[in-house]
Amino acid sequence: MIIDLQKFITEERLYWTELEKVLNRLERKPDEKLKLGTLERFHYLYQRASADLAKISTFSAEPNTRQYLESLVGRAFGEIHETREKPHRLRPLHWFFNTFPQTFRKHLRAFTISLIALLVGAAFGGFTVIVDSSTKQILLPFSHLQGDPSDRVKTEESADTDRLEGAKSYFSSYLMTHNTKVAVFTLALGMTWGIGTLIMLFYNGVILGAVAVDYVMAGESNFLLGWLLPHGAIEIPAILLAGQAGIVLASALIGWGKPIALRVRLRKISNDLVTLICGVALMLVWAGIIEAFFSQYHEPVLPYTFKIVFGCVELLILAMFLGRAGRQKASQNAQSKE
Amino acid sequence: MTDRINTLIIKTPEGVEFSLRLAGPITRFLAWSIDLATIMALMSIINVVFAVLGVLSRDLAAAANIIGFFIISIGYGMLTEWFWQGQTVGKKLLRLRVLDAQGLRLQFSQVVIRNLLRFVDSLPALYLVGGLISLFNQRAQRLGDVAANTIVTWNPRITEPDLNQLLQGKYNSFHDYPHLEARLRQLVTPLEAQVAVQSIMRRDTLDPQARIALFREIRAYLETLVTFPQEATDGISDERYVRNVVEAVLRPNASSEISSKPPQTF
Repeated sequence: MIIDLQKFITEERLYWTELEKVLNRLERKPDEKLKLGTLERFHYLYQRASADLAKISTFSAEPNTRQYLESLVGRAFGEIHETREKPHRLRPLHWFFNTFPQTFRKHLRAFTISLIALLVGAAFGGFTVIVDSSTKQILLPFSHLQGDPSDRVKTEESADTDRLEGAKSYFSSYLMTHNTKVAVFTLALGMTWGIGTLIMLFYNGVILGAVAVDYVMAGESNFLLGWLLPHGAIEIPAILLAGQAGIVLASALIGWGKPIALRVRLRKISNDLVTLICGVALMLVWAGIIEAFFSQYHEPVLPYTFKIVFGCVELLILAMFLGRAGRQKASQNAQSKE
Repeated sequence: MTDRINTLIIKTPEGVEFSLRLAGPITRFLAWSIDLATIMALMSIINVVFAVLGVLSRDLAAAANIIGFFIISIGYGMLTEWFWQGQTVGKKLLRLRVLDAQGLRLQFSQVVIRNLLRFVDSLPALYLVGGLISLFNQRAQRLGDVAANTIVTWNPRITEPDLNQLLQGKYNSFHDYPHLEARLRQLVTPLEAQVAVQSIMRRDTLDPQARIALFREIRAYLETLVTFPQEATDGISDERYVRNVVEAVLRPNASSEISSKPPQTF
């Protein structure tokens, strides 16, 4: 109960201003660690402002003061009751070499599901083309893939001009942005309980399987590997990782066998989703550069063996990176926590 | 349809409640339209810059254009919401803000996720999926908000009526009973006080019959809260009664100003 409102505001305003100053400081410098004395004072100020808000809540005359106090208590509540780590200073190298591969390994099951969806799609696409090769007109959305593979190989190998001359950067940036959009879309479709994500993976698998079988049946395996491996060794895993992120999101949404609230489940995976999709974006930047500047050049300009070896090396490095990088750091962290 | 609430009330462990007003889909759509216009404006500036780069290499200029558009369209929401504590240009103009759904500190990952999920929310066009879902969602969340555990709040600008002008120069018989006025200030809720103020402000727009009925009803309610002695209420109309209460509640210092003046008849 407040008898004298003016007196109440005059007396308490000093504490509110002090609390506001601490909050401004904390919001400006999220890295700063407060000393015990300052922390105790901060907590006291928060409790005092909370009590003031409770007192003034029923008081009709001061809607502005009530709103001001609500906002103050709201901000302080966020600072005091937040248990998640504050954002660190940007450490891109540490993030890339430790956090990203660690996050990938943390959700290996989701990656396996993603891989299976793609492989099932590839098997379906391949099988369909084996049964009836005319289905590639429906399955393959790109006109240059709908014709006879041997004709394309002949055309590519006999080309005496560089058809990407003066447009490589444009083509590369188009590939980067388009593929990143597809990857983000694959992640976002996790909100359909993962059904959309699985459909995207399956569909990409169908295209891949249909193309692969079509070229193998035409006896153009070398061309196929030399053309697809240099960029596909990174691009296809990138789409798989985007699918992994979508499935992680879907599994948090569904929450089978997890006796925790939806918001807690989603909160737990939010950093992992961002890490995975940022990693995917980086992978797709690399894949875009390779596809525009390297993959589109065939024999006699670039020997297929060289391109295939290059692709295999990339795949190996990627597998080692995702499988091994940051392991030491993770075990050190686990030991220090124990 | 689930019950929509316009206000999200957060109760702290200290037992104190604070409320956040949720933004509706229409306001959010308008804010998004402003943001879209901002993105377009930024793009046209960038186009001019890259056109200059085109003198050196048309290929590089075209590539920079594509990447620039992509970064701006995806990064605009993320960067503005992160650096402006949950606001974009559109949200600032319409007084909207993205907050953590539990009232906690907004994390960078939350900002990124809610912006990435625009890809699904904006399907098939004009945020139809997101708009429909937010209509049915109790906290007016689109899919991106659900995944990121965020809400969008609206902070209305409080325009206080000019009570001095509205109530000035009239003798208020209630000022003779300061202890009852103090009791009124305790018992009248902010919402009830606003109802009384709005009734006085809009009285001239009301139909005469409705005006009489409205003030009769408000007076009847106010009388159940505090009963003033007969000499304070004798001969005053229902409208005058409500004015007196508004003054007692919202202008607690007015009694000292007016008591020094000679009483006026009305």
